[in-house]
Amino acid sequence: MHHEELTRSMEQRQRTQKRGESSFNVEKSRLDFPMLRRSVHGKQLVYLDNAATTQKPTQVLDRMDRFYREEYATVRRGVYGLSQEATEYCHETRKRCQTFLNASSADEIIFTKGTTEAINLLATSYGEKFLHEKDEVLVATTEHHSNIVPWQRLCEKKRAQLRVIPVNDQGEILLEEFKKLLNAQTKIVSVAHVSNALGIIHPIEEITKLAHRAGAVVVIDGAQAAAHLPIDVQRIDCDFYAFSGHKTFGPTGIGVLYGKQKWLESMDPYQGGGDMISSVTFEKITYAPPPAKFEAGTPAIAEIIGLGAALEYLEQFSFDALHAHEQRLLQAATEAIASSGKIKIIGNGQTKVGIISFVMEGIHPHDIGTILDQEGVAVRAGHHCAQPTMDRFGIPATTRISFALYNTFDDVEKLLEGMNQVKKVFGI
Amino acid sequence: MSTHLEQLYQEVILDHNKNPRNFGELPSANAYSHGHNPLCGDDYHLYLSIDDEGIIQDIRFSGTGCAISKSSASMMTAVLKKKTLEEAKSMAASFLELITQDSVSENTRSMLGRLKIFEGVKKFPVRVKCAMLIWRALEDAMKHRSEKNKGIVTTEEKE
Repeated sequence: MHHEELTRSMEQRQRTQKRGESSFNVEKSRLDFPMLRRSVHGKQLVYLDNAATTQKPTQVLDRMDRFYREEYATVRRGVYGLSQEATEYCHETRKRCQTFLNASSADEIIFTKGTTEAINLLATSYGEKFLHEKDEVLVATTEHHSNIVPWQRLCEKKRAQLRVIPVNDQGEILLEEFKKLLNAQTKIVSVAHVSNALGIIHPIEEITKLAHRAGAVVVIDGAQAAAHLPIDVQRIDCDFYAFSGHKTFGPTGIGVLYGKQKWLESMDPYQGGGDMISSVTFEKITYAPPPAKFEAGTPAIAEIIGLGAALEYLEQFSFDALHAHEQRLLQAATEAIASSGKIKIIGNGQTKVGIISFVMEGIHPHDIGTILDQEGVAVRAGHHCAQPTMDRFGIPATTRISFALYNTFDDVEKLLEGMNQVKKVFGI
Repeated sequence: MSTHLEQLYQEVILDHNKNPRNFGELPSANAYSHGHNPLCGDDYHLYLSIDDEGIIQDIRFSGTGCAISKSSASMMTAVLKKKTLEEAKSMAASFLELITQDSVSENTRSMLGRLKIFEGVKKFPVRVKCAMLIWRALEDAMKHRSEKNKGIVTTEEKE
């Protein structure tokens, strides 16, 4: 069912936004990423850890470099021209984020350090104000620790209860169980758009509708979605949506929190400091309106500008061409891995982004990671900051490969050659 | 296959990974430690039975982890049985020297005997912590023997 959701939202995205070429040329895009020309242990780098972080295109690197070399100044203080220009560049990124998420206003875009900080901000500014004793917060079993721990801490503080939406053996959220968990005490539902360890795309429109019916607000952790799926926060109707710059071809240290205007206005500030106030005396403080209310201190100016360049970079592609490309890689790799024996894919759900998590009989993921690294293939081995997910499937860790737009069938080939090497070393 | 990989995953190491020796709990243990690397998930319990003369009468381990950590634990337990605490201590120091120092003395090598096959780990700095985990647990178990040790040791770096 959410497959249709996805298709619908992609179609809408296509209609509402004029995007570049509909066919995607992967070889051309690879030229934009200098890191892809690197070799590792004498082998050409095959970068398959995109769910952890993506490589950066020249367009982002050059934009940030130019800002530091030729345009650098602080923001929001500007009686002088340079500062006004820097302020304008940051505002351009805010507007680009608005378009990227289809938010109704640029004022609904808050800059954070990343998705983790965005969720912590919500737990503090929304949670501490609106959550009360015996209230309930719902998260899915397969959340990243960053979408568990802030809520856990909040619930402890408020004597509220953190409850967990179960998933099936494919890693898919059980909507019927979710419905049973919803009740009048449910105040916050926070789920990932895409699970980071498994790559499952969650039916977030349906989840939002159900949660709203129960009177809860909905937070979507979009860290694993932003570089791969079209996002339309008005269509989803979620109350909050967060993503990270560095997983979206942008720099580290910058992320975005979208929030509906009405919530941003009623929420408390996150941190106190400069830029988040209208006036300060020792007797009384008047806070600035959002988004400034949540952005105390000098922001990560170069990173904001770099994020803008990353989103501009993404705008040249149509999301469904990107999606089709990544799905072809996913399918090819899934089939090859599944048929090679002794390997079990964890989270083989119906709708996924290009992430494959797997375990191999008798071989620990770290040994797989070390051997693949010697072949130049970078993958993630471990619990992926999702220990409850590992517990759900009764495993300590997995090997995870994750694709981005610049990956090729050749990369899949190299991965498979590497896996053969793993088998050879371990004599299976 | 790269020679580095061949040196890391030697047949003896793979054999100990597949068929770990002294694997399981030890009810008669009077020294114990828990070695855990939360980031990578290696997780072992080490049990020692030490007599009044300070001789390791029995030693066993349980838990899960990668081939390097498991074979390291298996071979350590095989080597340390009937050794004195003093010998165990200096072996731990020698083992650390073997897998981290550029030049290793012949003395160290001959003292370590068959454990010297772990020298290949040196070429994989990120895996040193795997090989060292059980040895840190050993040091911890010996150090806190009288205190009913319940602590956890790790070889993952704090940034």
